[in-house]
Amino acid sequence: MIGVRKILIREEYCMGCKLCEINCVAAQVGTENLIKIFRYVPELPEPKVIVEEHDYITFALQCRNCYDASCLKACMTGAMHRDPRTGAITVNEEKCVGCWMCVMVCPFGVVKRNLKKKKVASKCDLCAERGSPACVEGCPNEALVLIEVRE
Amino acid sequence: MRYVIVGSGPAGLSAIEAIREVDSEGEVILITAERFVGYSKPLITYLLGGRVTKENMYYRTEERLREINVEARSATKVEKVLVDERAVVTHTGEKVAFDKLLLAVGGRPFVPKIEGLDQKEGIFTFTTWEDEERIEEYVKKRGITKAVVLGGGLIGLKTAEALMDLGVKVTIVEVADRILPVTFDKKASEMIERALETLGCEVITNDTVVEVKGRKAISSVVLKSGKEIPTGLLVIAIGVRPNVEFLKGSGIEVNRGILVNERMETNVEGIYAAGDCAEFYDLVDGQRKVIAIWPVAVAQGRVAGYNMAGRNVRYPGSIPMNSVEIAGVPTVSVGHSNVEGEEYEIFTYEDGRTYKKVVIKDNKLVGAIFVNDIDRAGIYTGLILQKLDVSSFKEKLLAEDFGLVYLPREFRKKMLEGEMRIWLE
Repeated sequence: MIGVRKILIREEYCMGCKLCEINCVAAQVGTENLIKIFRYVPELPEPKVIVEEHDYITFALQCRNCYDASCLKACMTGAMHRDPRTGAITVNEEKCVGCWMCVMVCPFGVVKRNLKKKKVASKCDLCAERGSPACVEGCPNEALVLIEVRE
Repeated sequence: MRYVIVGSGPAGLSAIEAIREVDSEGEVILITAERFVGYSKPLITYLLGGRVTKENMYYRTEERLREINVEARSATKVEKVLVDERAVVTHTGEKVAFDKLLLAVGGRPFVPKIEGLDQKEGIFTFTTWEDEERIEEYVKKRGITKAVVLGGGLIGLKTAEALMDLGVKVTIVEVADRILPVTFDKKASEMIERALETLGCEVITNDTVVEVKGRKAISSVVLKSGKEIPTGLLVIAIGVRPNVEFLKGSGIEVNRGILVNERMETNVEGIYAAGDCAEFYDLVDGQRKVIAIWPVAVAQGRVAGYNMAGRNVRYPGSIPMNSVEIAGVPTVSVGHSNVEGEEYEIFTYEDGRTYKKVVIKDNKLVGAIFVNDIDRAGIYTGLILQKLDVSSFKEKLLAEDFGLVYLPREFRKKMLEGEMRIWLE
């Protein structure tokens, strides 16, 4: 049993403002200044959180770091692995060959292809280096909340 | 407690890790016929093509295996299982006793009868790292410029791509009327074939190799149609069959593969099987079959490992699925996607570059194909494996913005809260 941090998605609170996406991009670039990056940083990375919208429903969705993770089973290189420290599933980009088996099996559809960089699948790692997920911090309505669960 | 694992592919390695999650004390012995331990077999074509380094071939390193206290015996072939004595016999005649045994022995390449095939140089099957070494050495030493790949399945196509990476001109020969006849449908096969041709690969369908010519080494192949193709190399990639011949007379029940129950146990108590050598039920059609793909091997190995170590978990069954990027075209095929008949409802989307298809049966999604735009394909895989009734939103399945937002709220809530067991129950 380990304590694992998870992002709780609360669709009833989500307004579809997409600040989570912007904060994710900013965190990847390594700045907190949201306005500046869109003005001055060329080739911005893709956000690792997706805002889904249809009719009156909207919610932000990022990697669930599943207990019974499909991507971990599908990865044939060993690139996809669980960080024993954070419990988050991360990608070793050196090992990934872009076979997209993880894309094929993720039931949430949140493992993305990083076409800009290399043929490497990139996914949310709960901001392992930053310490706390930027999308959660940036959500103005607590539609994303960080929780700890025991597994 | 002594666990003996035969085979160091994904099923064997996953079983070992599952055992170690439960039992850190028991003795774990890993026996493999191969010289290399813990590498990823699907990467051999990437290695041949120079797309992956030798260091990155390892799915789990020997160091990692030592860390979790596993005794690995490489280049050791298990030739017999003595069910009553509870021991396996290796090629040297040594008996290794076990309390629990996992057979994760994988598959063997199938080689058809072809005239002139025997004892000629330049003819290979391609399923192990050792095969890769032999092919690479042969191509480089002999300066091979032309090759024939027999078999237009996934292994054949990835082999063709690797050879092209080495500057070899490749002809693929496939007996069916199209490449990837098992995995994809006609439309998807056509798109992939076109992509291969733009890379300079010749694709011959409705034909097969009936004779190999050459004195010491291969110099040409003759096709059934009569056509003769000069070549310095022939790679036979027709398919792989479960490696089960050595179990004949052992008392372990074998059909096409080793028969297992939902705990991955064979008819003999304490003896388990998983991966490409095991036969279990398809989750969609309920038929017993060997589903020789990576994720199934990992899932089955894990279930076997937990049960061997004393936990009680069930494998729910799975479906065939494959993801492969060929000639720069990413493709995904999941479940029963190449089917015809009144019982199936089929939706497709096409725009020249992209092809998508979903197949519905009895209100449930049973198959899907994606060519070029494969993003979020996993959602469909998840819906198939979770057997969700999709009738209320089936028209939206191929909508550009299709996502979890279209799923019934209660189902989505359960998914997001993590109450989902796809690979293990």
